[in-house]
Amino acid sequence: MLNQYVDPEISIQANDFSLADEVALLEKENLTDGAVVTFTGRVRNRNNGNSVTTLTLEHYPGMTEKSLAKIILQAKERWDIGRVKVIHRIGELSIGDQIVFVGVTSEHRQDAFAANEFIMDYLKVKAPFWKKEKINNAGQSSENWLAAKTTDTDKADLWS
Amino acid sequence: MIKIVFFAALREQLDCAELSLADDKAKTVDDIKQLLSDKSEPWQKTFANTSLLCAVNHDMVDGSHLVKSGDEVAFFPPVTGG
Repeated sequence: MLNQYVDPEISIQANDFSLADEVALLEKENLTDGAVVTFTGRVRNRNNGNSVTTLTLEHYPGMTEKSLAKIILQAKERWDIGRVKVIHRIGELSIGDQIVFVGVTSEHRQDAFAANEFIMDYLKVKAPFWKKEKINNAGQSSENWLAAKTTDTDKADLWS
Repeated sequence: MIKIVFFAALREQLDCAELSLADDKAKTVDDIKQLLSDKSEPWQKTFANTSLLCAVNHDMVDGSHLVKSGDEVAFFPPVTGG
């Protein structure tokens, strides 16, 4: 039986999240960190020239949490950061919906900026999530799994 | 037993989310891939894709990784989250 990972820094959820609430949690009783850097990813209305109607997110429960925990640990080893929160939504999402949140605090801004970008770049290529889009092309509706992009792999490689 | 799981496009192509394998059938991840390829033509076509990834017990591994009883072996396409 594999261990299931419960980590307050990581949440994989179907429900939406509130940016304001997440920032409040990063800041609550945290008087040492002057910098709070957040990133929110949303569902775009177009992809590869097609009109997107919905996006469905699948993941590998257990491995997702483990890989995100490893990425957060690497960020903490590399930069002087305080609090971290990563939220990733799963299930069916609509255009404009929030998909992913990464929040990082640090004493000064440089560490939080860099760590936030690192976590997103690594999440993109290492965390086991898969997107399936429903598109509408000239009145024809179809579904397809998104292909991984080499630009994402190249971007993540810049950190190594 | 070894538990084998499939995700995303791979699961749909194979029309299979999960199966189990007797311990003595395979020593490595590559052995498992070979056994699965031998099942039928669709499986062979799917596993001919060199970009497929494999994780054992939630950690990414390569084909030479040794498998043992109780392991969970996952096959899936390159990830596209975020």
